Amino acid sequence: MAHAVTRLPDAQLSPMLAAYEAAVRERRRHSFIAAAVVLVCIALAAWMGEVKPGVLFANAGRLTSYFASIVPTLRWDALGADLAEWYWNLDHWLKLLLDTILIAYLGTLIGAIGAFFLCFLACANLVRSPFIRLAARRYLEFCRTVPELVFALLFVVAFGLGPMPGVLALAIHTMGALGKLFAEVVENIDMKPVEGAIAAGASWPKMVRFAVVPQVTSNFASYGLLRFEINVREASIMGFVGAGGIGQDLVEAIRKFYYSDVSAILLLIIAAVMIIDLVTEQIRHRLLGVGGHR
Amino acid sequence: MSRARITLSDEARARLATAYPEALAPSPAQRLRVLAVAAVLAGIAVFGFWRLDFNLDRIGSGLAQLGHFLTLMVPPDPGTQLPLYIHALGETLAIAFLGTLLGAVVAFPFGFLAAKNVIPNIFAHFAVRRLLDTVRGVDRLIWALIFVTVVGLGPFAGILAIATASFAELGKLFSEAVEALDRKPVEGIVSTGGSDVEAVRFGMLPQVLPVLASQLLYYFESNARQSTIVGIVGAGGLGLHLAEQIRVLEWQKVSFLILMMLVMVAVIDFISSRLRFSIIGKTRLEP
Repeated sequence: MAHAVTRLPDAQLSPMLAAYEAAVRERRRHSFIAAAVVLVCIALAAWMGEVKPGVLFANAGRLTSYFASIVPTLRWDALGADLAEWYWNLDHWLKLLLDTILIAYLGTLIGAIGAFFLCFLACANLVRSPFIRLAARRYLEFCRTVPELVFALLFVVAFGLGPMPGVLALAIHTMGALGKLFAEVVENIDMKPVEGAIAAGASWPKMVRFAVVPQVTSNFASYGLLRFEINVREASIMGFVGAGGIGQDLVEAIRKFYYSDVSAILLLIIAAVMIIDLVTEQIRHRLLGVGGHR
Repeated sequence: MSRARITLSDEARARLATAYPEALAPSPAQRLRVLAVAAVLAGIAVFGFWRLDFNLDRIGSGLAQLGHFLTLMVPPDPGTQLPLYIHALGETLAIAFLGTLLGAVVAFPFGFLAAKNVIPNIFAHFAVRRLLDTVRGVDRLIWALIFVTVVGLGPFAGILAIATASFAELGKLFSEAVEALDRKPVEGIVSTGGSDVEAVRFGMLPQVLPVLASQLLYYFESNARQSTIVGIVGAGGLGLHLAEQIRVLEWQKVSFLILMMLVMVAVIDFISSRLRFSIIGKTRLEP
């Protein structure tokens, strides 16, 4: 086959080539600068973070041996007895796991209720006053920017040890995180029902109740379930600062080098998290299928 | 202004009611379902309140105490420890930055390994996915504790913990991004005689890189928050000082440290969302 590509005359081609090469050079220069900036940041961060590759190599063995030592001894011929020994404290751990899930549940529920009432105030399409909107937004932002563990630390001092400060800390963080997601859903609603409700003389709360809420409930429920998944994980560490749940036992097992307990508790947490993930995923798919917004 | 509201005649109302029965009166079955869901939710909540020992006395006295602490927090004041806190802030930034980067570098190949359209072998990507799930099931604070026992106290343990957790989360996100790819560029490269590696390099990478970069920046934001607390278990950064000052009830220092966190997170949010939009905008690729 003969070449069917027409070649432009040089006079026309050379300025185009030059422009192309200039563009490529420009892009390369940008990439180079970006790479240099990242490298400098890495060097600075490595210095600040006291990263010593030598330490890492020296301790790589310790990492693998750590995981080797938390693996329990399970012999095939005495499997039952070994399992019983590994999970010697199963009753207690299951109770703590139940507490952990309840902490996550209550934290999610209280937080979601708070987020539900606040999110409508943060929406530009429902609230005229920029002052109210801004106040609601800043408040939600504060709630989700301060890590829940910091709230938990503060609440443990104020309320005393136990699951209650854990629930409250999770609730505040959840309110901030869900409030933002809820507000985004509300800002994307169809405005026609809202106009209809206002035209029919509805007050603001009635307008929200009859024109906005029916449109958003399935999305809200889906986000709430997603948050519940996250909160189960968070609740499992609340015990680290004395705020209840299974974290307390885990932190003790890790600190005191009760190796097989560490793996036993970790596996329980992972199993619980996975089961909850699977179940909530099913419910969420059904919710969104029924609601049909997204 | 007088309200000009139209009142429907009885006849018109009846006509509407027959035309849209569900709008005026939801079916009893539907009502029952909503009520049942609400009752179950409330029932679990009541059980939870009972089991977790909630009582109004404790809430009341706790709130009063919190209010008292709040008055003690103003004005925020670092005392003589400002240099120490600035150093801790640097550590926190280093943990977030290096942790995210390290996690992403490791997650990158795993993102491809866990994608169905790159590795068609079911067992291979199933195994990789379960590995990522397992690592993800463990909170980063637990990883921090484990790494503290392995490499000792200090920010290095925090970096490794954030890297491990980010690896699992980014690996999953990366694989989803890879699976959402457009097949056409890959087919084009294969049809012109490109090898598999070239298909990944020229057909897939240019499509996924902007998405990955945007997810990476997003993770940097969230890790900046998380890295403020890994210090609570001794893995360096602001959390260490925060936990200490709360324990010794130095409320002015506590509020100063919380303010430092908030400012740092706000600055990182600002920078990274600017970068993210510039990356996404340039290529018009929605994550």
